[in-house]
Amino acid sequence: MRTRHWFSGWFFGLTMLFFYAPLAVLVLFSFNASRAMAWEGFSLRWYVELFCRSRMLWHSVGNSVVIALSSAAVATALGTLGAVGLYWYHFRFKRYVQIATFLPLILPEIIMGVSLLVFFAGIGVPLSLLTVFIAHVSFTVPFVLLLVMARLEEFDYSIIEAAYDLGAREWDALARVIVPIAMPGIVAGFLVAVTLSLEDFVVTFFVAGPGSSTIPLHVYSMIRFGVSPVINALSVILIAGTIVLAFSTRNVYRYIVGK
Amino acid sequence: MKRGHGALYAGPVTVWLTVFFIAPLLVILAYSFMTRGVHGGVRLPLALDAYAALANRVFVKVTVSTLMIALATTGLTLALSLPTAYFIARSRRREALLLLVIIPFWTNFLIRIYAWIAILGNNGFLNTLLLHTGITSEHVQFLYRRSAVILVLVYTELPFAILPLYATIEKFDFTLLEAARDLGAGKAQAHLRVLLPNIRSGITTAVLFTFIPAFGAYAVPQLVGGTDSMMLGTIVARELTVTRNWPLASSISMVLTVLTTAGVVLFVRANRSATEQARQAAMAQRAEALGA
Repeated sequence: MRTRHWFSGWFFGLTMLFFYAPLAVLVLFSFNASRAMAWEGFSLRWYVELFCRSRMLWHSVGNSVVIALSSAAVATALGTLGAVGLYWYHFRFKRYVQIATFLPLILPEIIMGVSLLVFFAGIGVPLSLLTVFIAHVSFTVPFVLLLVMARLEEFDYSIIEAAYDLGAREWDALARVIVPIAMPGIVAGFLVAVTLSLEDFVVTFFVAGPGSSTIPLHVYSMIRFGVSPVINALSVILIAGTIVLAFSTRNVYRYIVGK
Repeated sequence: MKRGHGALYAGPVTVWLTVFFIAPLLVILAYSFMTRGVHGGVRLPLALDAYAALANRVFVKVTVSTLMIALATTGLTLALSLPTAYFIARSRRREALLLLVIIPFWTNFLIRIYAWIAILGNNGFLNTLLLHTGITSEHVQFLYRRSAVILVLVYTELPFAILPLYATIEKFDFTLLEAARDLGAGKAQAHLRVLLPNIRSGITTAVLFTFIPAFGAYAVPQLVGGTDSMMLGTIVARELTVTRNWPLASSISMVLTVLTTAGVVLFVRANRSATEQARQAAMAQRAEALGA
C-alpha cells in the first residue's frame, strides 16, 4: 500500500527536509562555542547571554503575552457575538457587516498596518501598547468570527427555538444554549487569535511605539544588527515552546470540548 | 429567524471594525488625493499628484517585479504542497504527519526568515561550508537577490497551502481513482482528471493563502531582498517612514488594495463558475447514462 505512493512520498520527504533543515542548523549552532557559523565546540554561553543579559528581550516577551491574551479575549467576545448575529439573524446593513468582517482576511497585512498608523497619527493617538492591542483585535476578530460560524453551521436553529418555546429569555438562550453549542468554535477562535497575535510582525511594526516592542519586533531589530548566536538560542527556545504549545493546546482543546 | 436581535449581536464587532478598519482605509483613500505636507503628513489642496507619481518607470517595474515574485512563489508552493498534502491524506499516520507541518507553521515567522539568513548570509552556514571544503574560494552572494526572496516566501507560505489542501484531499473518495483506473485511465490521467477537479476548492484556498501574503510581502523582501527585489510593500513602508511622502504611500496602498481585492474576486468567481460548469457537465453525463 505504502509503496504505491512513492511519487508523493518523495515530495513529502523533500518538503520535510526543506522545513526542518534550516531549523536544525539553528539548533546546532545555538550550542556553538564560537560566534561564527563554523563549529568550534559545545557551549551554553549564548543561552547564558539570552537568559541573563537580555532584559529588553524579556520586556518584549512580557508585552507579547499581555497583548496576545487581552486582544484574543476581546476578539473572541466580539467575534462570537458577531457570528451569532450574522449566522442566525437578518438585519439591515448585514451586507456591510459581512464585507467589513471579510475584507481584513483578504487584504495584505501591510495595508492594515499602514492605514492604522496613518489613522492614529491623524486623530492624535500616540503609538503605544494600546494601539498594538487595538490593531491585534482588528486583525484577529475575522478569524474568530469565521471559526465560530463554521461551528454554528453544524447546528440546527430549532434548538434555539426550542429554548425560546420553553420560556428562555434572550440572555438565557445566549448563555445556556448558544455559547455551549458554539464552545468548540469559541475555544478554537481564542487559540487561533492568541497564535496570530504572538506571531504578527507586519501590523505591529507599524503601530508599535517606543517601549511597546513585542517578540517579533525584538527579533527583527536583532536581525538587523546581523547574525548572532543569541538569536539562534532564542530560536531554539521559541521552537521548543512551539512544540510544547502545539501538544498542550491540542490537549486543552480536547479537554474543553470534551471529546 | 427570530426576533430583531441580530443587529444587537453583530453591533460590537461592526462598530469595532468600522472605527479601526474601515475608517483607516477611508483615511488613506482620502490622503492619496491630498498634497504632501512639509514635515510628513498631508495638507490641502486636493490633487492627483500621488497617482501621477505612479506612472513613472520605477513604480511600474516594482509592480511587475512584485507580481512576478508572487506568481513564482505561488507556483512553487503549489507544486510542493499538492503532493505533500496528498501523501499526508493517504497515510495511516495522518495526525503525526500533520503535526510535522504544524510545527514550522507555528514557529515564529521572523525566526523562519532568520534561519535562512543564518544559512545563506555571506558569513552564513553554507558559505562557511563551501569555503572550508574548498568548493569555492570566495563568498557566494546568496542573499539580497530575487531568488532569495522567492525561496524564503515559499518557506514561510508552504504550511498555509498544505493545510487547506490536506483538508479537501482528506475528504476525497479515493475509490473514485480506482474506478477511473478500472475504466482504463492511466495513473497520471486519473489523478489529473478525477482528483484535481474534485479538490478545486482546496487549491483555490491554497492559491489565495499563498498569493495574497506574497503580493503584499514586507518583512521578507526587506530582510533578504536587494535592489532587484523591491516589492510594493517595501516601497509603501519607505514612503511612509523614510521619505515621509504620505500621499504617495497612500496611493500605493490603494493600488495594492484594489489589485488584491480585484484579483481575489475574479479568481474566486472564475473558479466557482468553472466548478459549476464541471458539475453541470457531470450531471448531464449522468442523466445521459441513466437514459441510455
